[in-house]
Amino acid sequence: MTPAGTRRVLLTGLSTYWGGRLAQALEAFESVETIIGVDSVEPRRELERTEFVKVSNHHGLLARIVRAANIDTVIDTRLTVNSVSSGPRAAHENNVIGTMNILTACSGEDSPVRQFIFKSSAYYYGSEQDDPSFFRETMLRPHPPPTPLERDIVEAETAVAEFAEKRPDVEVTILRCANVLGPDVDTAFTRMFALPAVPMVLGFDPRIQFVHEDDIVHALEHCVFHDTPGVFNVAADGVLSMSEAASALGKRPAPILPPWGTGLVAGPLRSLGLKVPSEMLNLMRFGRGLDNRAFKATGFEYGHTSRETVLKLGEHMRLDPVMRGIEGGYTYEREVEDFLRWSPHVQRERPGASGVEADQDLLGI
Amino acid sequence: MARSRSPLVDLADSKELVPAERHSELMSPIEPERTLNDWGRSERIEGLMDRTLFEFFYRYWFRAEVEGVENVPAEGGALLVSNHAGALPPDAAMIAKAIREEHPRPRDLYLTVEHFFKGYPGFSMLIPKIGGVAAHPANVHRLLYDEEQLVLVFPEGRKGTEKLYKDRYRLRRFGRGGFVEAAMRAEAKLVPLCVVGAEEAMPAFAQVPLLQKLTGLIYFPITPTFPWLGPLGMMGYLPAKFKIRFLEPIDMAELGGREAAQDKALVQTVAQEVRARIQENLRDMIGKRKSVWFG
Repeated sequence: MTPAGTRRVLLTGLSTYWGGRLAQALEAFESVETIIGVDSVEPRRELERTEFVKVSNHHGLLARIVRAANIDTVIDTRLTVNSVSSGPRAAHENNVIGTMNILTACSGEDSPVRQFIFKSSAYYYGSEQDDPSFFRETMLRPHPPPTPLERDIVEAETAVAEFAEKRPDVEVTILRCANVLGPDVDTAFTRMFALPAVPMVLGFDPRIQFVHEDDIVHALEHCVFHDTPGVFNVAADGVLSMSEAASALGKRPAPILPPWGTGLVAGPLRSLGLKVPSEMLNLMRFGRGLDNRAFKATGFEYGHTSRETVLKLGEHMRLDPVMRGIEGGYTYEREVEDFLRWSPHVQRERPGASGVEADQDLLGI
Repeated sequence: MARSRSPLVDLADSKELVPAERHSELMSPIEPERTLNDWGRSERIEGLMDRTLFEFFYRYWFRAEVEGVENVPAEGGALLVSNHAGALPPDAAMIAKAIREEHPRPRDLYLTVEHFFKGYPGFSMLIPKIGGVAAHPANVHRLLYDEEQLVLVFPEGRKGTEKLYKDRYRLRRFGRGGFVEAAMRAEAKLVPLCVVGAEEAMPAFAQVPLLQKLTGLIYFPITPTFPWLGPLGMMGYLPAKFKIRFLEPIDMAELGGREAAQDKALVQTVAQEVRARIQENLRDMIGKRKSVWFG
């Protein structure tokens, strides 16, 4: 569905990495009339015309915002996919309860929502010994999820699928994203790759597929402007083996995790600073490949292959110690933001009136 | 709008997500700088093995003799179906080598292996590098249909490798005919083949379930060299004479192709026919063989 008219978008998780990036990207489109971002904490990226509403995941409040602003497109980017960066309870609250609340806010006979985009994760498929080498969207994981985080992701996605079934008039898109790498994003993999050597499980060289952070933003954007109902894998072309990724980074593989009792060793290692989340342990043995053809068939083109993604990260990691701290941070100040948006004295037409331009160039829009 | 908007309805048929006429065009392009392909296969490691170990075994140790190699199609997906036995059988490597050496248009062969190997340290690293792929129906379908490759299956599976010396060349049950179904769905050719010699090259005299449990291996055989020489004993092959015979291909598209794969009775009939042809040719080859060691 590509509506001829303008779009009114609600972004959940504005203060997460993806929410912020996507808001910046959507601001460049004239056809996106309104962008409202909700989160329980303040945004960490500078935004020009996105309106931030500080709200918890309460469905009653969210439903009021959706109806009041006559939102037609909801993009849900808040899914937590790392059990180390947020505790299991917080992850459950966010992934399961949060998703449920947002879906509730979008349902109801009088709801103006016509499109719902959900950023999910390839952890939906898990990683097991008897997996197919390339997961297609129709395949289910062969065994029940072993870790709480994976359980939560499956549960969240099931809730979205049920919503899609109940509301055939809403175009629902689920994007199952492969492991993301990039200069900005902070994931378990980018942390692991930042170490002097790449930790591996002894005797295993898993096949892993990556995707560049910009490609994820573009994929979400693609769904807003194209007809993409259904579930899609988002993963760059090419499946790398872990040792191949390590050599692309110019690092050595370090098989320091034992093949048996990996979970037992991972605990103490975590307190030593090697933060391998439990949902990654299986991935580091069995790996995972995704069939990315369905999303490509909708007209999407990836900017980077898996290998290029790793090479880019390598470049960034070598450059980072030299460049760090030049750009300066951003802090959200409610009064300043309100002034910039609503004051009659702010001249909005002048080009370069805000710092967002530079970011847009980075995105290549 | 022609398409249904509920993802669950779309999910029922993923073929709709990838249009049939574009399925291979949308595959990941080949990156020439890479040393591995998407299955984890390494040209470098495989080439090294091929030039050294496989070359030695093929030419001098087993002195392989090949007939009917022209039955392997020069292009398009084809499923090779073989008999299988012995503790750590060298037959797969020898069949791959035979096609590379004797075929007018040499092609790489993918070997389907037990899921066990993906979970066992060491094997898990090495087997994908030399062309091993887990025996998952989706993998076989992708290789045959989307990539149009040669794939080798041993329908006897673990029942074949567990076979003892006294049961040699007696084919076990051919699974549930899954291999026929895979070939039909992909509308590929099916090439039955027989290998004589592999079942004497590493005879297993007994299986020890207790040691199998302790080591976590899929089976623990007693052979002339294993476990006496340790892990090295796994490579201790006797110099039996190898004979490989490729039989007439069966075209699955002619048998009804994709729709026919739903027909369980037809699948079973074809599976039994394939099994009978392999068994019959094995008997013929053993009948003509004068010596296990000299052929």
